[in-house]
Amino acid sequence: MSQTRMLSAEAYDAIDKEVAKYPPNRKQSAVMAALAIAQNELGWLSESAVEDVASYLEMRAIAVWEVATFYGMYNLKKPGRYKLSICTNLPCALQGANKTVDQLKALLGIDFNETDLDGLLTLKEAECMGACGDAPVVIINDREMRGKIGVEDVEKLLEELKAR
Amino acid sequence: MITSNPPFSQDSYGPEAVIMKGVNGVNWQLAEYEKRGGYQALRKILSDEYSPGDVIAEVKKSALRGRGGAGFPTGLKWSFMPKGDGQKYIVCNSDEGEPGTFKDRDLLRYNPHIVIEGMAIAAYAIGASVGYNYIHGEIWEVYERFEEALEEARSAGYLGDKLLGSDFSFDLFAHHGFGAYICGEETALLESIEGKKGQPRFKPPFPASYGLYGCPTTINNTETFAAVPSLILGGGDAYLALGKPNNGGTKIFSVSGDVQNPGNYEVRLGTPFSKLLEMAGGVREGNRLKAVIPGGSSMPVLPANIMMSTDMDYDSIAEAGSMLGSGAVIIMDETRCMVRCLLRLSYFYHEESCGQCTPCREGTGWLYRLVKRIHSGLGEEGDIDKLLSLSDNIGGRTICALGDAAALPVKSFIEHFRPEFEYLVTHKESQIESK
Ligand SMILES: Cc1cc2nc3c(=O)[nH]c(=O)nc-3n(C[C@H](O)[C@H](O)[C@H](O)COP(=O)(O)O)c2cc1C
Ligand code: SF4
Ligand code: FES
Repeated sequence: MSQTRMLSAEAYDAIDKEVAKYPPNRKQSAVMAALAIAQNELGWLSESAVEDVASYLEMRAIAVWEVATFYGMYNLKKPGRYKLSICTNLPCALQGANKTVDQLKALLGIDFNETDLDGLLTLKEAECMGACGDAPVVIINDREMRGKIGVEDVEKLLEELKAR
Repeated sequence: MITSNPPFSQDSYGPEAVIMKGVNGVNWQLAEYEKRGGYQALRKILSDEYSPGDVIAEVKKSALRGRGGAGFPTGLKWSFMPKGDGQKYIVCNSDEGEPGTFKDRDLLRYNPHIVIEGMAIAAYAIGASVGYNYIHGEIWEVYERFEEALEEARSAGYLGDKLLGSDFSFDLFAHHGFGAYICGEETALLESIEGKKGQPRFKPPFPASYGLYGCPTTINNTETFAAVPSLILGGGDAYLALGKPNNGGTKIFSVSGDVQNPGNYEVRLGTPFSKLLEMAGGVREGNRLKAVIPGGSSMPVLPANIMMSTDMDYDSIAEAGSMLGSGAVIIMDETRCMVRCLLRLSYFYHEESCGQCTPCREGTGWLYRLVKRIHSGLGEEGDIDKLLSLSDNIGGRTICALGDAAALPVKSFIEHFRPEFEYLVTHKESQIESK
C-alpha cells in the first residue's frame, strides 16, 4: 500500500515549501511544482514518479497524470543527458532561429524529438518563451535559458554541454 | 540596447520611461528600489489613510488599461469586486507567452519590487489578503529571482502581517507554470493554480464573483500592476496626462523581428509608431518595412503604410484596424513571405488549443493544414475563401478568445496581402521567396 519514495529528502523539502504557499486544504495546487521538482531530479516523469507525487500530495494518480500530460515541459519519455528546447515561433524565426535549428540538426544528426546516438541531447521545438528580444533562444533542461544562439554559436554550445 | 548584458545604460528603455526609469539590469534589489522611490506609494496609501475606494477612484481617473491583451480599464475591473470581509484573491498574470511579448520578463528580473508594490496596493484596494504571481514556465531563473525579491519584501515588512504598522495584511506567493500558452487566459490560469489542466472556464461567472478556489479574484497583467505605484504617487490626473484621454500612462513595447535592435522600449501612449521604430534602430539592414503586427501574434497584421501613420495607443491602433494587445510589435520587412509568416502562427494556435471547444480544436487544425497546403504549392482554387469562411466560423463560437486569436491573423493576412496567397495558388511558388 505504501508508496516507495523516489526522491531525495531535499526534493520533498522543496515540495513542502510549495505546499505551504496554498491554503491548508489545497495541496493539489503544488502538483505542478512537485512534478517539476521530480523531473529536475530524475530527468523525466516515470510512472512510479507520477505515482509518488500523487501519494505525497494525497491526490488520485489520474489527476496527476492529467497535469503531467497537459503541460508541454514535462518529459513523459526519458530524454538524453540534456533536453534542448528551441523556440521557432514567428518573432524568433524572423531573427534567425531556423538557421540555428538547421545547424543543431546537422551537427547532431537528428530531427526534433530525437536523441543523438551518444545520448547527449534531445532536441525539442518550442513555442514563444517570452524572450524574443534575445532570439534565437534555447533552454537547457527546463531551467537554463540562453539567448542569441546564432549558427556560429551552436558548435561551442554543444562542446560546452559535452564537457560538463 | 536592452538585450545586451546588464548592466546596461539607465535610459535603455527610452527617455520617457516611468516604470523602467533608472533600471540598469543589476539594480533590482530592495535597497536600490527604495532609492528610486520604491514602496513610497504603498506607504502613502497606508499612512495617509486612503480608503480602498480612494485608490480605485485614482486608478479610474488615470485611464490605466490592462496591459495583458484586452486593454480593459483597470479601475473599473477592481470596482467589480464585492465589498465585505470574505476571502478574496489578487492574481498577477506573468504567463507571458503571446508570441512577440517579452516585457514582463524584464519587469520581473530587473524591477521585481515594482510588481510586488503594485500588487500590494491593488490587494488593499480590493480587500485581498493573499496573492499569487503566475510566472511563465520557460523563465525559471526569473522565477527564482522573483522568489528572492519576495523574501526581501517579507523581511522588510512590505509583505506579511499588518503592513508597515497598519491594519492591512497581505502575503504574496509565486506559482511557476510549465509550458502551456493557454494558461495566459485568466480562467485557465486559475485552474492551473488549483493544480489542474489549464482549461479555460465558461464565463460568466467572471473571476470577480467566482475566481481562485471559488472566491472573488482580480487578475491583472504584470505591467498593469507595475504601473500602479507611480500612478498613486503622482496622482491619476498626472498619469493620464502622460498618455492621452482614455489611454493613460506609458507602455512598454516589445519590438521584435526585422529590426536593427530588438528590445523593450517604454514610451508614452500616443507615440507615433515611426518614432518607436526609430528607437529600435529602424528596419534591419536598411530594408523596407512591409508589415507589422502591433499587439502580439493574436492581433491583426497591418501593412507598412497604415502603421507609419498610426500612433501607439489602444484607440489609434483600433481605428487602424488592429489591437494594441500586449504591446508586442512584430516587424516584417520586404523580404518576408506573408504566407510563410501566417503558416508559423497557424501552427502555433493549432498546437496550443486546449481542445475543449470543437470549433477551436478542429478549426485551428483545418486552418493550419489549409495554409500549409497553399504554402507548399498544393493550394486549390477556392482555398483562400475557405480559409476566410473557416475563420468566420471559429470566431465568437468558443469558450475563450484563443479561437478568435487563431482566426484574426488569418483574416487580416488575407485582407492585406491576398495577392501573395493568390500567387502561390496559381504559380505554386512564393512570389517573394522565388525572386
Ligand atoms: C489565449 C490567451 C492568452 C493570454 N495570455 C496572456 C498572457 O500571457 N498575459 C496576460 O497578462 N494576459 C493574457 N491574456 C489575457 C488575460 O486573459 C487577461 O485578460 C489579462 O491577464 C487581464 O489583465 P489586464 O486587465 O491587466 O490586461 C490571454 C488571453 C487569452 C485568451
Ligand atoms: S477556444 Fe480553444 S483554447 Fe479556448 S477553451 Fe475553447 S478549445 Fe480551449
Ligand atoms: S517567439 Fe521565440 S521567444 Fe518569443
